[in-house]
Amino acid sequence: MSATRAALPPKQQLVDTGRPVDRRRGSTLLRHLAVVLVVGLLLVGVSYAVEPFRNFQLATVAAYLCATAGLTVLTGLNGQLSLGHGALMATGAYTVALCQNAFADRGMTGGWLLPLSLGAAIVSTVAVGAVVGVAAARLRGPYLAGVTLAVAIVVPALAVTFDGVFNGEQGLSVPVEPPPMALGPYFPYERWQLWLTGAATLLALLLLANLIRSRYGRTFRAVRDDEVAARLAGIHVARTQVLAFVVSAATAGLGGALLAVLAQSVSPGAFSLTLSLFLLMAVVIGGLGRLTGALWGAVLLVALPDLTHSATEMLTLSPAVAQRLEGNLPLAIFGLTLIVVMIAAPGGIQGLLSRLGRRLRARRS
Amino acid sequence: MDRFVFLTIDGLSRGAVYAAFALALVLIWRAARVVNFAQGAMAVAAAYVAYTVSAATGSYWLGFAVALVAGLLLGALVDRVVMRHVDHTSHLNPVIVALGLVLLIQAVLGMVYGNEFRPAEAPFSRSALTVGGVAVLSPYDLFVFATIGVVVSGLAWMFARTPVGLRMRAAAFAPEVSRLLGVNVGGMLTLGWALASGVGALAAMLVIPTELGLHPHAMDLVFVSAFTAAVVGGLDSPPGAVVGGLVVGLLLSYVSGYAGSDLTPLAVLVLLLAVLLVRPGGLFAPVTARRV
Amino acid sequence: MHRLAQRGLAIASTIALLAAAAACSGDDGSGPGAASVPGVTDTEIVVGTHMPLTGPASAGYSKIAPATKAYFDYVNANGGVNGRKITYKVMDDGYNPANTQQVVRQLVLQDKVFAILNGLGTPTHSGVLDFLKSNRVPDLFVASGSRSWDQPDKYPGTFGFNPDYTVEGKILATYAKTNLAGQKVCFLGQDDDFGRDSLAGVEKVLGATAVAVKQTYVTSNTNVAPQIGAFKAAGCQVVVLATVPGFTALSVGTAARLGFKPQWLVSNVGADHPTLAKQLGAAAPLLEGLVGTNYLPMQNDTANPWVQLFTKINKEHNGDAPFDGNTVYGMSVGYLFVQVLLAAGKDVTREKVLEAVQKGGFQGPGLVPLRFSAKDHSGYGGQRLSRVTGGVQTYFGPAYETDEADGPVNEYTAAPAAPPANGVPTVS
Repeated sequence: MSATRAALPPKQQLVDTGRPVDRRRGSTLLRHLAVVLVVGLLLVGVSYAVEPFRNFQLATVAAYLCATAGLTVLTGLNGQLSLGHGALMATGAYTVALCQNAFADRGMTGGWLLPLSLGAAIVSTVAVGAVVGVAAARLRGPYLAGVTLAVAIVVPALAVTFDGVFNGEQGLSVPVEPPPMALGPYFPYERWQLWLTGAATLLALLLLANLIRSRYGRTFRAVRDDEVAARLAGIHVARTQVLAFVVSAATAGLGGALLAVLAQSVSPGAFSLTLSLFLLMAVVIGGLGRLTGALWGAVLLVALPDLTHSATEMLTLSPAVAQRLEGNLPLAIFGLTLIVVMIAAPGGIQGLLSRLGRRLRARRS
Repeated sequence: MDRFVFLTIDGLSRGAVYAAFALALVLIWRAARVVNFAQGAMAVAAAYVAYTVSAATGSYWLGFAVALVAGLLLGALVDRVVMRHVDHTSHLNPVIVALGLVLLIQAVLGMVYGNEFRPAEAPFSRSALTVGGVAVLSPYDLFVFATIGVVVSGLAWMFARTPVGLRMRAAAFAPEVSRLLGVNVGGMLTLGWALASGVGALAAMLVIPTELGLHPHAMDLVFVSAFTAAVVGGLDSPPGAVVGGLVVGLLLSYVSGYAGSDLTPLAVLVLLLAVLLVRPGGLFAPVTARRV
Repeated sequence: MHRLAQRGLAIASTIALLAAAAACSGDDGSGPGAASVPGVTDTEIVVGTHMPLTGPASAGYSKIAPATKAYFDYVNANGGVNGRKITYKVMDDGYNPANTQQVVRQLVLQDKVFAILNGLGTPTHSGVLDFLKSNRVPDLFVASGSRSWDQPDKYPGTFGFNPDYTVEGKILATYAKTNLAGQKVCFLGQDDDFGRDSLAGVEKVLGATAVAVKQTYVTSNTNVAPQIGAFKAAGCQVVVLATVPGFTALSVGTAARLGFKPQWLVSNVGADHPTLAKQLGAAAPLLEGLVGTNYLPMQNDTANPWVQLFTKINKEHNGDAPFDGNTVYGMSVGYLFVQVLLAAGKDVTREKVLEAVQKGGFQGPGLVPLRFSAKDHSGYGGQRLSRVTGGVQTYFGPAYETDEADGPVNEYTAAPAAPPANGVPTVS
């Protein structure tokens, strides 16, 4: 977190939390909008340039990015540790599945149904997030970790307990309509998926980026840095923490919902405790507290299984040895990288890149 | 009534193991302010060493002793080679490093031993002795209770009475002052890690024969239960870990026995919330106000 | 403000970088001169699968795909199928449905496999059914006994392999009904499809009220003492287990320490004696008398010509890995796939392969017939009972066949087929 703090203007934020006096506010929004537009256009271009599988992978990155961005705001900017974001994703995913199934059962069709389901997913996750957040606001450090860990285990387990609704381990399928006919009859489905998730994620990121720069973002950081000082500055600490949790839950819910739409199915096994832990590892190794760090984390989450495969394919080994190394070797490498990165560069990938960038600029001038 | 007695004893014997494992977590938390997520994986590694030794020599007890030594050494190693070099200004960094260790250790064990279950031998019979027609305790249960009783009281005695125990406590609570007073703070920290890891290895040796068998992931579920136990009891309190362990063991047993095993995760969450909303620092937290 | 511009630049360059990387590595899947049939050239046919090779669920299962691959290598060494060598791409999904999504898309969209063969697991494979359907990829011989694979109208390209859990439940219950009449029957099942379908089968034969105590377990809780204690308290004499191997071993071990000795009737999923004995270690004699089911040759039956063939292939092409039920299973899947390819003819297409499977009539290592037809995609339709005697698991009695509905359980008496001399099937 030291790197995060270094990147932000120090404590003077504590002073100006009372009133919004940021003169750049309007221009911040416009600037974020411009960035989002450029990235969006680029994404459309990319979606035509690459293969369907890469489109799908990018779409998955986008879905995970929602969740990691939310987590990095909660943990990095507000200092609350959550081991339960996988469960929040599951909440969003199951909501979207139930909504889409309900629409399909009633024979309803139309392009507006999916946004409606996604909206419902966000609302239900916000509700769950608010409940957990209220409990979380009373707890610190490992105690918060303990409760969120239990949440991470309970939510997938509920899908098995109430299998009448959630269909147990097997999960639900998520009926999603094909791309609109206006795009032509042979429009690749994976490209449509990338457009869909890309648009939703960019919108979420835009809102998050503005939130971070706003008065609320400053109160988040103030509470993280020093609760006592924040309280003295007139910040309602518990309310701020609940708000951060709710915002983070909303994005995690959207991420889970998008993942369900991409996979066209949900099942509890996809949202295990392992996912929650990997989300946390992803945001920390990407660079805690920054949206770009969350992007690196999401890329890593998707690239890891791919790496798993290519790493073992490169080696030609006897069947007995290959069987033991397959899967295990990449995990060992990932674990080792995680340890080394955390020791050598606690700011994560983004911290490393910023440092590199600064050094290059210093050399040039 | 028979069933209640049975479930109680079954719950206590598993709870005792959770207690030992939770105690190991508390030891490291008190010494280093780190929740050691890698403790399960480290304990499994020690159990694999025991398995190898037992298989080679045919002696369970030699393997048992080697597991404890391996646990101690692994703890010291993890502290000296890894944790010592982690930036502790953020409480998250050691957590992430510990998770990295979990991946690394489990993957290495998978490569060396394969992702197969290995039989884990129990040194005593696990068949229950019956008293008045009710199956009560097995010799193995007695062994578990006795071993954990010895460890808990041994640790309590060490921290309360022996100079090294007092130094460890001093180093944990006031490192700067201790250093000025000539305590080898770094050494005490390593000792804390070694002890905790040794206790963890012991717990693994006790619990694995009662589970599916030896596997790189054998302690995953035990870790979750033990972490819950430590949080319920209060991470700063060794008696809290013991009580928390027993409570969680009993709860899991009663819920699976009377309500259905699929409800156990929910029961654990309810327990956590019920305890923490009343006492945010666990049952045995020192009564100090956190608020301003 | 400067920083914002920088960040935009950073994001943009990241995406550009990713795109470039993707574009570079993008076209390694499609070989030169790829014909209109994905995954098939004149010299090669590429098929893929998803399997748990790592993680807690991988024990035992991780040996299946290598065995199938070994059989393909053996066929390839003998000239392949219609001059084509079979390449088997095995992807690890760690039994995590989210990973299955990724790896199956990689196999289909990037590696352009001809078919998905023997993808393992109910929750994992359920998630990719729709994707495989919309891409018209043959989804052959799913490794799970769920009834989901048998939906010819909804998923015309999906076929099962294992007998489904209801069939199995019916056969186990028939044994209880005829050989253990009057005894109190109880049931322990996994808390999902597996346990539910199996219980349904048991109740179809014994009647809905005949099962005295029904208990379930979840894989995330390894203490089955409460369940076994309930059986003991109720005085159960026969316990039907719909359990994975780990939980069969746990149940048997837990019962022993409670001084409870019922007759165990175990689903084929969790009845492989070498696996159980290995897990129980010194306590393996507890398995004495355990009744299980299976539908493939018993791995220890060295007189069986199929086992002889598979043992030889295991030595030559699988690094002489420990030979158990999973090895037999993997090689049987390989054998069936080669039969299907041969039946589909030289100019193989996806449609021809589906037609060939539906036409059915495959004679192989199985003890009971495969039920493939246009209306039935459900794989093996029966099982034979086995018993552990003197530490050796052997078959006894006849093989049985039945359906997953209310059909009767009949003896199946046809003699099992013998393997071809060189171990490679020929066009039938």
